[in-house]
Parts: sequence; C-alpha cells; structure tokens
Amino acid sequence: MNLITRGFHGRRGGDPARIPPGQYEAHDFPVLSVGPTPRVDTDDWAFTVTTETGTAHSWTWDEFLGLAQERPHVDIHCVTRWSKLDTDWVGVSVDTLLADVESTADYAVAHSYGGYTTNLPLEDLTDGQAWIVHTFDGEPLAAEHGGPARLLVPHLYFWKSAKWVKGLTLTPGDEPGFWEQAGYHDYGDPWREQRYRGD
Amino acid sequence: MTRPTRLDGNVLAGPLSEVFSVDLTAAARLCSVCGDEGVCAQLLVYADGPGLVARCPGCAVLVLRLVRTPHGVVLDLGGTGCVTIPLGEEP
Ligand SMILES: [Zn+2]
Repeated sequence: MNLITRGFHGRRGGDPARIPPGQYEAHDFPVLSVGPTPRVDTDDWAFTVTTETGTAHSWTWDEFLGLAQERPHVDIHCVTRWSKLDTDWVGVSVDTLLADVESTADYAVAHSYGGYTTNLPLEDLTDGQAWIVHTFDGEPLAAEHGGPARLLVPHLYFWKSAKWVKGLTLTPGDEPGFWEQAGYHDYGDPWREQRYRGD
Repeated sequence: MTRPTRLDGNVLAGPLSEVFSVDLTAAARLCSVCGDEGVCAQLLVYADGPGLVARCPGCAVLVLRLVRTPHGVVLDLGGTGCVTIPLGEEP
C-alpha cells in the first residue's frame, strides 16, 4: 500500500525546508582536505581536553569507546554548497567528555592530527549539539572522512567538524583556527550563510 | 568514495594574478624547513574548499593559504621559505 511505503520512507531527503540558502542536496559524500590524510592507528590515538589552566583530561581509544555512545542522525552542510541529509553517526557527546572538566572558558579550539584547527564557542559544543564520532553509516569512519574520529557539529558549516580530531583546548577568548584566520567566517551558521568574514 | 584532489602549483597562477603583477608560479622557492628547492608550480595544492592551500613538496609544510571572499582576497604566505622572482635583464 502506498501509505505504508510513504510512512516507511518518511521524509528522507528532498525536503527544501532542510536545505539552507545557497546549498544543494548531495547524495555522495565529497572529501575536502587541506593536506595529506593522516593515518592514525587507534593504538596510538588519544583524545585530550585541555583547560585554560593547563589541566589535561585524556582518553585512549579503548577508554573512549567505553564511554556512553550516542547515535546522532543529522543533516550536514558544507561551505562548498553541498548539504547531505539524514546522515547516521556513532560517537561520544562532547557533554560526556566535558562532564568532569572544570572550566570557566567560553571558547574552544579543536585540534587535529595533521595540524588543522578550528574555533567554536563552547556553548555550541554542549547541550547535545556536538559529538566525537567514529562510525559513519554503520562503518568505521574512513581516514578520508576524518577517521579514526572526527568532531561533528552539524548546526555549523562542516569545516567546524574537524577531521582527525585529537583534542579540544578550552580558551577564555576566541582564537581563530586554520580557515577562520584566512578569511572564513568566525562562527559559520549555514542558515545565515556565514561563509566568509564580513558575511 | 570521492578522493581528495591534490593539484600542482600551476593552479595558483590565476588566483595570485589578482594580487601580484608577476607570475609567482615560475618563481624559485627555498624551503626554510626542509631545504627543498623548486619552482612554486611544484607546490602541492589542495583546492577542495573556497580556500586554496599550498604545501611544500618536500616536507608538506604550509606554504600558502588563499581565500577569495566577496570582500577581498585573504592571503597568508606562511613564512616557511623565500621565493626568488626573476626580473628582466637591465637594458
Ligand atoms: Zn619543505
């Protein structure tokens, strides 16, 4: 019956209300890089939160996988104008990673293997808005897409979702990252088309 | 899966011509990190996003970031080497 088919597929894709201005819906998953793809063995991987006082909290890969796992189902938006709807990830909420961290910082810088950085207000990383993810579409996250683990902040342009992430540094002030220094927008809200500094 | 695209430094000629009156892709570069000597056309260029990133072919250090925005061209020359720009012979 048509009704069942429609119900089963739900509103998957094709919903213009979910595509921000200036974006189109992509069905593949383009790869964007600013350098060689780091190959990080999970035996050597660690994730570290460093506070503004220098206190560090670190997790090995096994410790990270032992934390509460969440399954975000989200739409993502790249500044190169593609959006991808209904993406499925598995990972750890940034709230979980910050649960025992004492800080009065208002900002964070995400650091990646390979040297990439990006800055975000801490309030955009908390309250269920951001994850460190290791699985995409049921498979371990491929190195080209940021594996073994990447940041996922779906409500901002995807350059904020740092690939190969290895840590967050909490900072009292805003410290522009790799693209933000070079003219990309400091915040990057796709619904307000904040692509470039001055937008 | 889509692969990242890595290009050579010749793709910088167009964007840089908005800023410089000489063709920097023909300029020789001496890397201050690894000592690599080559012309800028041999740089490794990542041009997937609105911004361009160029890296040293010897050590992959960041050489250049260039972002063309509606408000201007943002150019970071990185400070990881010097380029020598050939000038015409004196008459
Ligand atoms: Zn070099």
